[in-house]
Amino acid sequence: MSDSTAIANGGQGLSNSASSANTASSAHSEHPPYQRHHFESVDQQFDATNFAMWLFLLTEVMFFGGLFTAYLIMRNWYYPAFVVGSHQLSIFWGTANTAVLIASSFTMAMSVWSAEVRRKKSLLIYLCLTLVFGLTFLGIKGIEWHEKWEKHHIPGEHFSVQSFVNPQSDPEVYNEYHDAPLAPDMAQKTEEYFFLYFAMTGMHALHMVIGVGILIFMIFRAKAGAYTTGHVTFVENFGLYWHFVDIIWIYLFALLYLISRH
Amino acid sequence: MSEATIVSLPDQSTARIPKMNFLTKENGLLSWLLTGDHKRIATLYLISITFFFFIGGALAGLIRLELLTPQTTLMAADTYNKVFTMHGVIMVFFFLVPSVPATIGNFLIPMMVGAKDLALPKVNLLSWYLYVIAGIMAIYTMAAGGVDTGWTFTTPLSTHYLNTHVISTGLAIFVAGFSSIFTGLNFIVTIHKMRCPGMTWFRLPLFVWSNYAASILMVLGTPVLAITLVLVVLERTMHIGVFDPAFGGDPLLFQHLFWFYSHPAVYIMILPGMGVISEVVSTFSRKRVFGYTAVAFSSVAIAVFGFFVWAHHMFIMGISNYAALIFSLLTMLVAVPSAIKIFNWAFTLYKGSITFETPMLYAFGFMGLFTIGGLTGVFLGTTGTDIHLTETYFIVAHFHFVMVGGMLMAFLSGVHFWWPKWTGRMYPEKISQLAAIVTFIGFNFTFFPQFILGMLGMPRRYAAYPPEFQALNVFSTAGATILGIGYLLPIIYLTWSLKYGEIAGNNPWQATGLEWQTQSPPLTENFPEIPIMDHEAYDYEWLEKMQEKEVASVG
Repeated sequence: MSDSTAIANGGQGLSNSASSANTASSAHSEHPPYQRHHFESVDQQFDATNFAMWLFLLTEVMFFGGLFTAYLIMRNWYYPAFVVGSHQLSIFWGTANTAVLIASSFTMAMSVWSAEVRRKKSLLIYLCLTLVFGLTFLGIKGIEWHEKWEKHHIPGEHFSVQSFVNPQSDPEVYNEYHDAPLAPDMAQKTEEYFFLYFAMTGMHALHMVIGVGILIFMIFRAKAGAYTTGHVTFVENFGLYWHFVDIIWIYLFALLYLISRH
Repeated sequence: MSEATIVSLPDQSTARIPKMNFLTKENGLLSWLLTGDHKRIATLYLISITFFFFIGGALAGLIRLELLTPQTTLMAADTYNKVFTMHGVIMVFFFLVPSVPATIGNFLIPMMVGAKDLALPKVNLLSWYLYVIAGIMAIYTMAAGGVDTGWTFTTPLSTHYLNTHVISTGLAIFVAGFSSIFTGLNFIVTIHKMRCPGMTWFRLPLFVWSNYAASILMVLGTPVLAITLVLVVLERTMHIGVFDPAFGGDPLLFQHLFWFYSHPAVYIMILPGMGVISEVVSTFSRKRVFGYTAVAFSSVAIAVFGFFVWAHHMFIMGISNYAALIFSLLTMLVAVPSAIKIFNWAFTLYKGSITFETPMLYAFGFMGLFTIGGLTGVFLGTTGTDIHLTETYFIVAHFHFVMVGGMLMAFLSGVHFWWPKWTGRMYPEKISQLAAIVTFIGFNFTFFPQFILGMLGMPRRYAAYPPEFQALNVFSTAGATILGIGYLLPIIYLTWSLKYGEIAGNNPWQATGLEWQTQSPPLTENFPEIPIMDHEAYDYEWLEKMQEKEVASVG
């Protein structure tokens, strides 16, 4: 297999190497180098990988679905605790992060478009912008988590119900919402809220981190010209993943931040 | 037993295994560890799941030995808890779930749809590596001291009260789950997008249909188990969570989430086995499967109904009476597509030219034992009887009738049926027929007494039991030794046949599937050129015409 094919295929030479060298080279003259040997046509390859990505996103829906179910049941049980817990979240940072993610979705969509029209330079710019937005999101998330740490709202040994049994001790939130103090047993249930908050946003952030990793990989490959040869499957499928992670955030934003804002 | 046989082997004095095939294509360990070939990955899977089957089997042997006497003689009660937990975990997640799909399915589905490989060969290899990593984690757990929650990880027992290796087991199953998701995803994509020209949905072999249905369950169900296990692990590490009532959590929520996967999981385990039986019954009756469309849709129906019955595991756990009523009704509905399959296989046999080679013997075993296992499932799905029978040996017997009597029989049937295709050599017929019969006898001896024990009220998951139950337990343990021999025999003679078996030729069974129209063992690309499907599935007249034409052109 020639070097150029190896680059265009990335690691995909793996299964190709199973076929012997002479048939491989003769087969390459008949179809584009990025078409893998077990596919009959480029269209079939695109269809199959695209379909696989959608299926994978379906499994992700089920994966997050378990968390959402737990959240909705717990919210129903411990409604007052979940309301005051939600009041602890910063609408400002949440909205900012939503805007950042939607912007990153736009730049991602533009990346796919740039790859389709084979504009390497604009592809690189849009991928880098997407990366920057992704990192910004994680940074803002970090600021929010740090605030929870300072206020002892991270579930576990150091968790404190101070802000909920005595709301005046937390003037910033109190002045905005005027929450009545909770009975100690209900106040304890705010830990449940924060557990789910961290589980859900943490799982989402993990998906973002994976996405950022793949983005960095893609930027290097895009520099080598891998996606501007007419073979955009990888960019397009990653785009689907990125949009999916954004959509999950939209739901998280609504369910965790906005739902208890009256 | 009649002497008639459909086996037609090439002249042994001149026959050779084709020099170029997927096994000989490349040599060396790396060519296996980095392969993208579905047939090689299937082979890797076959070896790995056999390994875990024997670990799980050895643990089962220990359980039966302990239960030989009413007192705890062989091991302490704590050890017994660990042994049955590891038996369950290994058998369910490391043998039954990947058994047929990841081995036989992996090997056959691309060939059956007329493709060169699965749609995503690298994902397929990744799936095997995830399985191996998960397996290593499970073995680590055992070596480090084991886990004693039962394979169901019931909370708050698993998160609050026990101090064994719940976390590493949970993570092992999490990883194994992704291996299963990737297999399912790959199958669905392959079946949708990789079919050869002329291969319409209703020309697909029924094996493909049943694996398709199982794949849907893998893809939709497994992620829910994954997130549930993540929550269990978080609950254990952070001592806060959503399942433990001491923290304000809801243990029933765990049950709902766990069984939302784990009930469909039993269909993940059994559906591919049913696919094997469809192929085998048709081939050894020389008839198209009766009611092909009904059998195909019954697989999908089982998959769909399978998602709406999970709460029948929770009848005694305090769910509402109305929920119990509805889940009971839905549970009984699953019996309908299962019965469609059994009746259609029976009608396929009717007036067929039946022969009794080993795969067929296992298939008969499946049909009998699965019917008993399935019908006792209806007893358990009935709320009234369930309250009496659940958590007794009745449920153990029911589950093993379906999984061991059903699935394992189907797996062995499939391994024997496609062994000549896989290796190019026949297994020895007489001794394997013996093994099939020994397995059947041993199985009934082992598990039938457990139905009676359960009716009498012997609870499951205890190392000790009242002395009046001993006679039946001795029966069961004696049966288990026979069963053990039944499982050891194939390992021995199948290994033997790798070198000394007769050369099988392309199509020893005169079967119609595309996989039989290519050489054995197949080429890495499966077919010299992509086939064109110009006939219905199980069309024996087409096969006959093909062979006449070949004879004519050679002559």
